[in-house]
Amino acid sequence: MFENLLASLTDGLVIGFVYGVTAMGLTLIFGVMNVINLSHGPVIAIGMFGVYFLFSSLGLNPYLAIILVAVIGLLAGILIYLVAVNRVIDAPELSSLLATFSVNMMILGVGTSVFSTSPRNVDFAMGTVNLGPINLTGTRVAAGVAAIVVTAALYYFLYRTRAGKHIRAVSDNREAAELMGISSFRVLALSFGIGTMLAMIAGGLIATYLPFTILSGEPLMAKSFVIVVLGGLGNPLGALLGGLVLGAMEGIVPVFMKMTWVPVIEFGLFVLILVVRPAGLLGAKE
Amino acid sequence: MKRTWYPGLWLILAIVIGMAIIPAITGSASLRETIFTLLLAVGLASSLNILLGYTGYVSFGHIVFFGFGGYVGFYLLSVQGWHLALAVAGGGLASGALAFLLGKAILKLRGAYFALATLGINEAMRSLIINLDTFGGPLGMNLNFQIYRDYGGAAQALWTTYWAILGLVVAVVVISYLVKRSKFGLGLMAVREDQDAAEVMGVASANAKTWAFVLSAAFPGMLGVLFFFKNGNIEPVDAFPLVKSIEMIVMVMLGGQGTVLGPVLGALGYERLRGFLLTSEIFKDVHLAVAGVLLLVIVLFIPSGAVGWIRSRFHSLRGVVE
Repeated sequence: MFENLLASLTDGLVIGFVYGVTAMGLTLIFGVMNVINLSHGPVIAIGMFGVYFLFSSLGLNPYLAIILVAVIGLLAGILIYLVAVNRVIDAPELSSLLATFSVNMMILGVGTSVFSTSPRNVDFAMGTVNLGPINLTGTRVAAGVAAIVVTAALYYFLYRTRAGKHIRAVSDNREAAELMGISSFRVLALSFGIGTMLAMIAGGLIATYLPFTILSGEPLMAKSFVIVVLGGLGNPLGALLGGLVLGAMEGIVPVFMKMTWVPVIEFGLFVLILVVRPAGLLGAKE
Repeated sequence: MKRTWYPGLWLILAIVIGMAIIPAITGSASLRETIFTLLLAVGLASSLNILLGYTGYVSFGHIVFFGFGGYVGFYLLSVQGWHLALAVAGGGLASGALAFLLGKAILKLRGAYFALATLGINEAMRSLIINLDTFGGPLGMNLNFQIYRDYGGAAQALWTTYWAILGLVVAVVVISYLVKRSKFGLGLMAVREDQDAAEVMGVASANAKTWAFVLSAAFPGMLGVLFFFKNGNIEPVDAFPLVKSIEMIVMVMLGGQGTVLGPVLGALGYERLRGFLLTSEIFKDVHLAVAGVLLLVIVLFIPSGAVGWIRSRFHSLRGVVE
């Protein structure tokens, strides 16, 4: 029993790091511009397909492919910002919710007709890692490690570079940042690009160990909402912690009850936290 | 503003009832089915408008009330053997009660937090119902075909459902008109513009919001019972589709939020467009994408919707178009 639990917990935690990356993208965008990005889900799916095609058509190593996918993600995010978000950035939140959702519909509409909804998988194996009772497939471990690297890189970027400093400044107070000579337009576009990039990276990582379809991003987006609220909206480190909590829960809960109760607990907790402590476990931005 | 002649209301009722009578005259069953879908859309959009348009709260998972009411009503019909009229009332009451309880908790959240909470509630409810064996779990429930005998056979039952949904839609429209004209509605709109200022002026905002939420939830609950009665079965996937929630918002936005006529026109326009896209050779594969482009154009360029646009361009029409 204990060994079983330990194995499920480890598995869950490894996945939790990847969840953390998707949620960091969402929470970064919310933190900087107060936009709940509903195009996050399909973007995750595009990341999956990006890695899939680079791997199966060009024979690229999936982890190299993810770097390429990340660049595409950055550009795609900036494009989405310019087309759909920039004009409604100061409008009531309904406008930005619907604007980003319209992007969601466009991607899914084109995606389902081009890729259909039949499942695909990246046929890439890295053996298994055995630690006593814990057996983890190599691709999962690699995904977890990659997620940690991405998180560290994001923190380095936000706290050690000039552009990162600008992002934090605009996030704290856009008007004051403007007065200090920071172009908030550029910072917002960049932040949206980075958020989208994180989603695509996470999608790419998930594609290495799970089969997927163009619709696979939607449940991950819903999970990201839960994680973001757990960790506090607008708080990237909180998102990582929330991802770990959710991953651990997904590992442990099925040991005790039916798998189908997992979403009930997840979303029940989500609503409860919103009601009782909307700032999340680690506190929201500000 | 006491007036006895309400041109705005009569215009809307003429549109809705006029449209609904056509299949009764021609006796066409396929036209009746089309108009049933349109009426359902009008009813859902107008109910959502009471919360979204008047109060300014974005309920992103409003379909939860449709599904939950539908489930409760369906259970009363199929397991408890209640009459359809009672089951419809039961479904409406259940959704209203759910909204009352939820409203006490989540209506204090503002803006994005409220939208997220409603999204979470829809997901939580769907996954909860999948786990409830009383409600048939993941497979849902089916109506025994015999049940239609009590309503004069299957063909007659479909007509009965049709007139019932027309009755409900008329009720939604009349109520949303009355709410808009009442002191209660004025309070809601004050909350929408500035909640803190509204409270200073003496609006009991918590109460007003809760009742607006209850009103906007009860009708989708009743509509859900009718829909699933006609359908003959209910499943978690059909009862809580997130896409429908968002379509409801699109309808309200398209027509003009906060107006009475807007959601009616928006629902009719959106459903017609969707029907056209789904059947057209060129667009049927990408209908979702085309709808997405349309939504983006509305959000970016005509945020007040068709009716809002008309009202701001043609001042003389303001008495009629509202």
